[in-house]
Amino acid sequence: MGLRRLHRALLRPGVLNLQGSRAGPEVTGPAFPANASANRSSVWFARTGTFMHKSNWLTGLLLGLLLGAPGATLAQSAEERAEAIAEGGQQASDAAADGLAGETGEVVGRLATAEWQEVRDAIEALAEVGDADALPVLRALQDGRLYYDEADRVLVEDAADQSLRDAITGDDVEREGLQLSRPPLTNPIRRSLRPVIGQLQIFADDVQLRRAAAEELADRPQAAILPRLQDALEQETDGEVSRLLRIAVARLQLDDEDAGIRLDAVETIGAIRSSRLKGSLERFLRTDADGAYTEPDAAVRDAARAAISAIEQREQLSRLLSDLVYGLSMGSVLLLAALGLAIIFGLMRVINMAHGELLMIGAYTTFVVQNLFVLHAPELFNFYLVAAVPAAFLVTGAVGIVMERGVIRHLYARPLETLLATWGISLILMQTARTIFGAQNVRIVSPEWFSGSVQLMQGVSLSTSRVGVILFAFFVVGLVWFLMTRTRLGLEVRAVMQNREMAAAMGVSANRVDMWTFGAGAGVAGLGGVALSQIVNVGPELGQAYIVDSFMVVVLGGVGNILGSVTSALGLGVFSKFLEPVTGAVLAKILLFVAIIIFIQWRPQGIFALKGRSAED
Amino acid sequence: MAQARINRIAGLHGPAGWLLFLLAVAAVLVLMPVLNRVVSPESIFHVPNWMLTLTGRFLCLALVALALDLIWGYTGILSLGHGAFFALGGYVMGMHLTRNSYADGGVPNFIQFLGVSEWPWFWVPFQWFWFTALMILLVPGVLAFLFGFFAFRSRVRGVYFAIITQALTFGMMLLFFRTETGVGGDTGLTNFQTLLGFSVRDADTRLALYLVSALAVIGGYLACRYIVTSKLGRVLTAIRDAESRVRFTGYNPLRYKLFVWTLSAMLCGVAGALYVPQTGVINPGEMAPAQSIEMAVWVALGGRGTLVGALAGAGIVNGMKSYVTAVHPDLWLFFLGALFIIVTLFLPRGVVGLFQRVRGEGGRS
Repeated sequence: MGLRRLHRALLRPGVLNLQGSRAGPEVTGPAFPANASANRSSVWFARTGTFMHKSNWLTGLLLGLLLGAPGATLAQSAEERAEAIAEGGQQASDAAADGLAGETGEVVGRLATAEWQEVRDAIEALAEVGDADALPVLRALQDGRLYYDEADRVLVEDAADQSLRDAITGDDVEREGLQLSRPPLTNPIRRSLRPVIGQLQIFADDVQLRRAAAEELADRPQAAILPRLQDALEQETDGEVSRLLRIAVARLQLDDEDAGIRLDAVETIGAIRSSRLKGSLERFLRTDADGAYTEPDAAVRDAARAAISAIEQREQLSRLLSDLVYGLSMGSVLLLAALGLAIIFGLMRVINMAHGELLMIGAYTTFVVQNLFVLHAPELFNFYLVAAVPAAFLVTGAVGIVMERGVIRHLYARPLETLLATWGISLILMQTARTIFGAQNVRIVSPEWFSGSVQLMQGVSLSTSRVGVILFAFFVVGLVWFLMTRTRLGLEVRAVMQNREMAAAMGVSANRVDMWTFGAGAGVAGLGGVALSQIVNVGPELGQAYIVDSFMVVVLGGVGNILGSVTSALGLGVFSKFLEPVTGAVLAKILLFVAIIIFIQWRPQGIFALKGRSAED
Repeated sequence: MAQARINRIAGLHGPAGWLLFLLAVAAVLVLMPVLNRVVSPESIFHVPNWMLTLTGRFLCLALVALALDLIWGYTGILSLGHGAFFALGGYVMGMHLTRNSYADGGVPNFIQFLGVSEWPWFWVPFQWFWFTALMILLVPGVLAFLFGFFAFRSRVRGVYFAIITQALTFGMMLLFFRTETGVGGDTGLTNFQTLLGFSVRDADTRLALYLVSALAVIGGYLACRYIVTSKLGRVLTAIRDAESRVRFTGYNPLRYKLFVWTLSAMLCGVAGALYVPQTGVINPGEMAPAQSIEMAVWVALGGRGTLVGALAGAGIVNGMKSYVTAVHPDLWLFFLGALFIIVTLFLPRGVVGLFQRVRGEGGRS
């Protein structure tokens, strides 16, 4: 079971992107659109309805939060379903196939055999027929979901609900009483399946599928399908797919006998400037033992040289750009993690060591909201993030207010004690999360629209979740700015922070302002948690990794200065991204710490020193 | 009156207190070994070897608490980075132990993974014990001196200082987690064989380590007591209570703070060096910020500003930790968390303060 889940998790399109995005520039992965069919949603609803259909959202939330162990098991099954929804798109394309046309149907019928040679021949025949409708059958074969019965009917099993349907006629088939066998799936068959699926897929109607197929072909083109590639290239309307196809074609043409075609291919590559073809071009410039070029034609060699330098230029540019973009992305994560602290520590001067745990609560709230959507409104699953944002703000804000009223307000005059008490709170919160949700990381599935990737330019693509986090960071900064400068609460907060006694004398209830400030800061931390839940693992120790970083951001930016925190977070992100390739991630972080400590020596007030009377205490 | 006041600040005592002190020393130095060695294993008074080693480890932690109390309780500087000094002392000792466990010319795996078959240069001198002993004091001491010099010079105080010390230990932890640093990466140093030619697993060596730890704590206590009751100690207390006023009176707080800060780090280094052979392992986890904060709660629970309180706090918290993690491992963090909150809210002067209140001689000073 564990292995299968791992396998599935790795196969899931978003996952590889996500991990790649931490290490460096990533490749555009295949992404499948979500159009989970309504009838499957109702199946879930019926299944879950037996034990939860009458409870409303609030009780559901309470259930999730309060019922330790049952909550966790419920959460687990919900997680799996969330995953299934996210995978939905892939199976939806299976369901789309209604019967198969004459020749394709005939060849698919030949799959009903126990001989692997016959299966292989049938696959090759399907490749020749070139009908994209045969794709679901081939994919079912690849996943071991293809069966045939005693009447030699070829049956496809639905990945989601295990129902069977006839591959040729498209009719549903009752499983009862059938003697099912699987066609053999040996390694040679697997090997021949992949390219065939790929080349059929480039004719698919769905752009995402075509892109995935073209990606595969650009990496491993096969000489045999060159004519089909050229056909596909002519029909192709999508820019990215046709670029990939041109790479595949050019790569094949590099080996052509005709020097003219080789030259064309090299020039095409120079125009596309795709770095993955640099290696193939360098081959032309190699010399053999006698010092003669392996490539006889001088024009081709010159073109190759020009193309290589063009590619290298592009590579440099894209490296610079991607470092910058990744730095910004990392910086905005830091910013989201630190903004809440910038309010609580920056404005109230309360050292809140439980800040990391507020992030964690925000992330777990996202998890609970996700599961509530799966259980109660699977058809709206894609929008759970939208609901998670206010939910996380309110839940963490409430936790913050409880902390402030219960403990912190008694300690305002004693900052060091506040530090220790909030550390104690953080331990309790961490252990509470562990008790409710288990010590393992919980699985958060990004909604479909949040798990693809966005290509900024060739070679620089960023997963959508990273882009989303950057945008979300701006949103949260805007929110904080609005809260602080455009609301009565903000006015009172600033008044109390500047001169507590005077504000109190003017009728501001300083005590209450403290409470709301702390609540708002905690709520903003919760928003940071929502963002983190989409890009890092969510577990009880989530917050621990961010606490020191957050303090560094706030101290560097200047305590009490939110704009300073924004600058320092983004600056730290970009700086460490440029440092990382030279020193490695860990050393980069240590160097940054040292740099910050030295910087504070030089400018104790942070980047932007406050000016005026309130600056020095 | 003044003398009585100093005594109270020091958490010390008149003749009766000295008697108690001697009794405690006797219990630790004589009674425990006797119960371990002379009393037969069947007797309920017998102290098994594991308990002796456990007590030895607690004594090392008590020394850390003393060191932290010196800097926090008396000078008012909260350090959340003492785990780094403790671990550095431990690493120095661990390097000596590892170096001599491979005396036949081999090198441990983590060095082979770096692609070399010989000890890196910085490992070489650790084969000598005298060098190791020097380094146990110097490595934490020099680091603390440099760090303290820059921090105190620019008058980083209070919570800001606490946070940068936390960043210090966090950064050190990251550094030591790297395999390339050459001290064992995330597994740290373990599999120690011999110390000064004796097997570290031997019961006799264990007993000797216990006794050395006990002597270190007693020595540390007396040294700290000497400092806090001296004129120097009064300046430290003055810095804690009103640093600006001390400066205006003509003292330069930098020197005093730097001295006591460095001394405190060295004491931690000694504690770490004695701790490691008794646990048999040192890894970067000891530098985790959480470890250092936990140290602060030992002192806070016992009662900061009293040396006895620091010792008692270390004993109480670690004793509870051993018990609770053995019986209800899930509850320990709740327990520790609640301890932090309760101590800060209701026991600002710790357990010692509680006693003083009961005896009616406490009150706000």
